Amino acid sequence: MTVDLALVIAIVVLVGCGTTLMLERSLSRILVGFVMVGNGVNLLFLVASGPSGAPPIVGRGGITDPLPQAMALTAIVITLGVSAFGLALAYRSWQLSGNDDVKDDVEDDLIRRRAEADETSSSFDEPETDVPDEEGADA
Amino acid sequence: MTQLVVLPVLLPLLGAGLCLVLGRSARAQRIVSVAVLTAVVATASVLLYRADTQGPQALTVAGWGPEIGITLVADRLSALMLLVSSVVTLAVLLYSFGQGIVEYGRDTPLSVFHPTYLVLSAGVSNAFLSADLFNLFVGFEVLLAASYVLITLGGTEARIRAGTVYIVVSLLSSIIFLVAIACIYAAVGTVNFAQLSQRLGDLDPAVAHLLQLLLLTVFCIKAAVFPLSAWLPDSYPTAPAPVTAVFAGLLTKVGVYAIVRTQTLLFPDDSLRPLLLTMAILTMLVGILGAVAQTDIKRILSFTLVSHIGYMLLGVALGTELALSGAVYYIAHHITVQTALFLLAGLVEYRTGTTNLDRLGGLARSAPILAVAFFVPAMNLAGIPPFSGFLGKVALGRAGIEAGDWLAVTAVVASVAVSLLTLYAIAKVWNRAFWQPVDDDLAQSVVDDGSDVWSHGALHGGGDVSTRTQQTSSWARVAEEQRLPLGMGLPTLALVVASVALTVFAGPLFRVTDAAADELLQRTPYVQAVLGGDR
Repeated sequence: MTVDLALVIAIVVLVGCGTTLMLERSLSRILVGFVMVGNGVNLLFLVASGPSGAPPIVGRGGITDPLPQAMALTAIVITLGVSAFGLALAYRSWQLSGNDDVKDDVEDDLIRRRAEADETSSSFDEPETDVPDEEGADA
Repeated sequence: MTQLVVLPVLLPLLGAGLCLVLGRSARAQRIVSVAVLTAVVATASVLLYRADTQGPQALTVAGWGPEIGITLVADRLSALMLLVSSVVTLAVLLYSFGQGIVEYGRDTPLSVFHPTYLVLSAGVSNAFLSADLFNLFVGFEVLLAASYVLITLGGTEARIRAGTVYIVVSLLSSIIFLVAIACIYAAVGTVNFAQLSQRLGDLDPAVAHLLQLLLLTVFCIKAAVFPLSAWLPDSYPTAPAPVTAVFAGLLTKVGVYAIVRTQTLLFPDDSLRPLLLTMAILTMLVGILGAVAQTDIKRILSFTLVSHIGYMLLGVALGTELALSGAVYYIAHHITVQTALFLLAGLVEYRTGTTNLDRLGGLARSAPILAVAFFVPAMNLAGIPPFSGFLGKVALGRAGIEAGDWLAVTAVVASVAVSLLTLYAIAKVWNRAFWQPVDDDLAQSVVDDGSDVWSHGALHGGGDVSTRTQQTSSWARVAEEQRLPLGMGLPTLALVVASVALTVFAGPLFRVTDAAADELLQRTPYVQAVLGGDR
């Protein structure tokens, strides 16, 4: 199949920039990244539909495959809806905590706190006698 | 009569619209939701019967033809999944009525819950029935969009935090799904399952592998298979109990269903078998080790959920008729049992104000019915002999031994070890929450000194629940006050009974799953139903 180079370059730029943004902590940046990657993937559908130039209308000789365009349209609508929800979520997060960062996993947080407090797991049975701490940290 | 296939998708969507219009009247909303979901259960039963007696039921919507239009197919696998999921959805809806007064009282607009819940149900049905990749994607998006709303219901800080992670992960998987669909369309020029199954075999193996891996990545994220499972235990436990229950029961299983469908229909060669088996083993082990380390019932259950996805993946990876049959039976078993357990965890939380094992105790005495109701699905999950979990595991184990190679046997050994560890994790819940006597001093000290991070609203699930605990300080007082409402208890009991019924009716059920597995491996009935022009 023939591939339009301009489309490919556009896809690479959009997906590349979008991925970089999605690696950020702030939810609004992730959403901008998501929209960019989403648009890149929509262009990928145009690549999938074959050579460009002809209209997607039956009865005019060579036509472009209309199905990928219909799919891209559906994907655009879904992306729009989800982005709107994501923005509302980012706003709510900002309302509650003053930022819209994606927080750490609860488990990571818990383990870090336990490590800082030098605690054992709560399912660990404390021995009855007072065993002196190896590092001499206060109990 | 094949028009019936469209009902499980259309009815909930229409019901959702009606619920939005009736937003003012909670009563009318309830009537609409229950009526719609009951109709879906009835439709699913008819579909299963017809799929079992007359072969796959296919409907090309609006007569566009399977190449370009939307096709819905209910074969035995789809219809069985649809039936189990709609029964569970209905039970959880009834449960949410009982809990409604507490959970959706002041903070949460009740008017949003019902339409969203019905949309979720429509999305799940669409994913189960869809016969093309793009419609499967749409089904996933519908159920995901609804789940975004449900998981952040009320917009408390803990739920926003958990919801953010869940949404970002889901967005990523959706994007990868789109990439996979575009690549597949570019490679073979169709997204219809039946046509794909005919054309993918002609591709260069390297390209076919790439496409298969893309799809697997997507579905493994949705199904929470090990390297891609970290989001699940982090995001599920904070949602309201009925929401967590329905997510745990259905959403991951939709991912598993998609893996089963694509692996059997589109990529029947077993070149990825070692990879899938390894992932199944790791999912089982890592999941259950996570569960063992937890002290909160909801989190333990979330980790066992991840772990038991491994069993289903094991069945798919082995790919023989017995293994697939076992996997399908196991999915049906696990949907029922896991949902029942999460609902029971919700009841424990309702009664005592917490699901933290450090603060629970003596429930077997103070709430004997709850204790028995918990014991049955708990043992079922661990795979104790008379129950359905045992039957599913035996089927999978036999399939693994029959396969005979060292990786399959390792997987069987791992599955036995994991079921022992599940027993350990779930026995820990039983002992500490239900069996051990009340230790008032301990409960008091844990609540007072605040060193237990779970008691902080920021980390614990429902903010309102933990504040209630802190206000009353002693859980013993709470336990006396909170009687369980019948509206929550009965649907839960119904699910527990349903999970036992899976054992009682294991014979006929295994006959259906055997036939379903046979149908999956043959592939021709499905292809013929779609392309044979049965309009």
